[in-house]
Amino acid sequence: MSNEKTLGEVLRQQGVTRRGFLKFCAATASLMALPPAMVPRIAAALENARRPSVIWLSFQECTGCTESLTRSHSPTVEGLIFDAISLDYHHTLQAAAGDGAELAREKAMEENYGNYILVVDGSIPLANPGFSTIAGISNLEMLEETAKGAAAIVSVGSCAAFGGIPHASPNPTGAVAVSDIIKDKPIINVPGCPPIPVVITGVLAHFLTFGSIPELDALGRPLAFYGKSIHDRCYRRPFYDKGQFAETFDDEGAKLGWCLYKLGCKGPTTYNACATTKWNEGTSFPIEAGHPCLGCSEPGFWDGGGFYKAISMPTEDLTRTAVYAIGAGAAAGIALGAVNRARKARAVKAHEKVTIDDLEKDS
Amino acid sequence: MTETELLMWARGPALQVATVIFLIGILVRILEILVLGRKANLAEARGSAVAGGLRTIVTRSFPDRGTLRRSTFNVVAGYVFHVGFFVVLLLFAPHILLFRDVLGFGWPSIPTQIIDATTIVTIIALLAVLVHRVQHKVMRYLTRFQDYVVWFVTILPLVTGYLAFHRIGLTPPTLIAIHILSVELLMVVFPFTKLMHAFTLFMARYYNGAIAGYKGVNS
Repeated sequence: MSNEKTLGEVLRQQGVTRRGFLKFCAATASLMALPPAMVPRIAAALENARRPSVIWLSFQECTGCTESLTRSHSPTVEGLIFDAISLDYHHTLQAAAGDGAELAREKAMEENYGNYILVVDGSIPLANPGFSTIAGISNLEMLEETAKGAAAIVSVGSCAAFGGIPHASPNPTGAVAVSDIIKDKPIINVPGCPPIPVVITGVLAHFLTFGSIPELDALGRPLAFYGKSIHDRCYRRPFYDKGQFAETFDDEGAKLGWCLYKLGCKGPTTYNACATTKWNEGTSFPIEAGHPCLGCSEPGFWDGGGFYKAISMPTEDLTRTAVYAIGAGAAAGIALGAVNRARKARAVKAHEKVTIDDLEKDS
Repeated sequence: MTETELLMWARGPALQVATVIFLIGILVRILEILVLGRKANLAEARGSAVAGGLRTIVTRSFPDRGTLRRSTFNVVAGYVFHVGFFVVLLLFAPHILLFRDVLGFGWPSIPTQIIDATTIVTIIALLAVLVHRVQHKVMRYLTRFQDYVVWFVTILPLVTGYLAFHRIGLTPPTLIAIHILSVELLMVVFPFTKLMHAFTLFMARYYNGAIAGYKGVNS
């Protein structure tokens, strides 16, 4: 695939108007919390950017991330930007197969060494390299080799970012995240199961505009998208504050759209842009559809103690433990009490009364 | 250990252990007192010991006018932090969920803004009693190291809970884990310190009242 055309040319070819393009730039700027003055700069940078070479590696994953990015809705500007990037290798999307496909990857690496963006979805098995291979090459080997010449790595989806579902207990494949293996490259984590499409284009736009990676949080996620919790941005938050909760999925509270905290919502511990960006062209997000947030953009979300258990609830059966403890405590208390009584009785028995005679004895 | 694992540990094994220590400790201490028994009172009863005991449990729960006048600060600050502590503990929705999970029944919660304000007032009251304890000559003389430990494990869940609710300083799972662990610390320390007064005070009041009631006088 040629890299000669600029992004602007590609977009115009695809029928994107100048107005549509600027709207996208403005939206990107506001999403990334950049000042409006930055919009022309983003536009100019994107307009003249050569299509970045992107190598996309899919490891232990379900292809949900790719589906999310490519098929979520009818073409939009961000979708076209995604299409416009020079996706030199993506074994799910590319037509080539076998040696031809691998040659494409090697060629892209060679031609753009040090400049290409490496996108990874899926975790990497370390228990046995044979658990997941592509063209006979283990995931670990392919990642290490491809990462060497990358300008930056984007870990798309919770599997690549944190290990995700393959990493869930008992983690039979010994799955790990990209950041557990690659230590010497800038890594941008875009977690989510799947992540929001606009986040990936936002990150790419930032990279093209400023030539650098956006500001990241402690977990390597772009702050612009992962800076606020779902809970803080949730339109149902007033119900939480008022103490109005849905107790079941079909009670009056659920019908009235009350807070889903008691149904296990992980919104308070989950950082993502779902509540503002929303899904399916801004239609809604899980909580709006009446389902609690699963916390899919957080590390270890699969092992978070149950999707339908509130965060404040014990993960194990505490009632049984409490009953046993009360039984044991009662038994121990009575036993110790009996010991104390016996000791007291012995002391009383051993007590010798002092008589006048004793006192008058010569000692 | 990741923060999710820490939170899972706090909500799982750590909570189990803390509950076991808390319940066994409390029961052993209470039963040790009760099983020891008292000598039979051979004097003729002039009134009901039970009625006197129960009445005193209620009457001693309110400060008498003399005490209120002499130690206004102690009484007011003491009530504020005790009541505040129980309001926050028992009426915050996530806490009620925990009780419902264990007891099988729950009760209505109150708005979070009220919980939030109560937490701040309770923390201020606890800070005030500490300052008072340190500054008051007699109280300082009476204070032992354990009193500071007890104060610390009491204020800790309030502070960590406030930080967790407002998500200040660290990530939410870590803050919630720290909050739960701080409560577990309170539970573990509880049976072995003066915190036992939460249970024994009623026994003591009953006992005092019962003696007086048996003699046919008010206590």
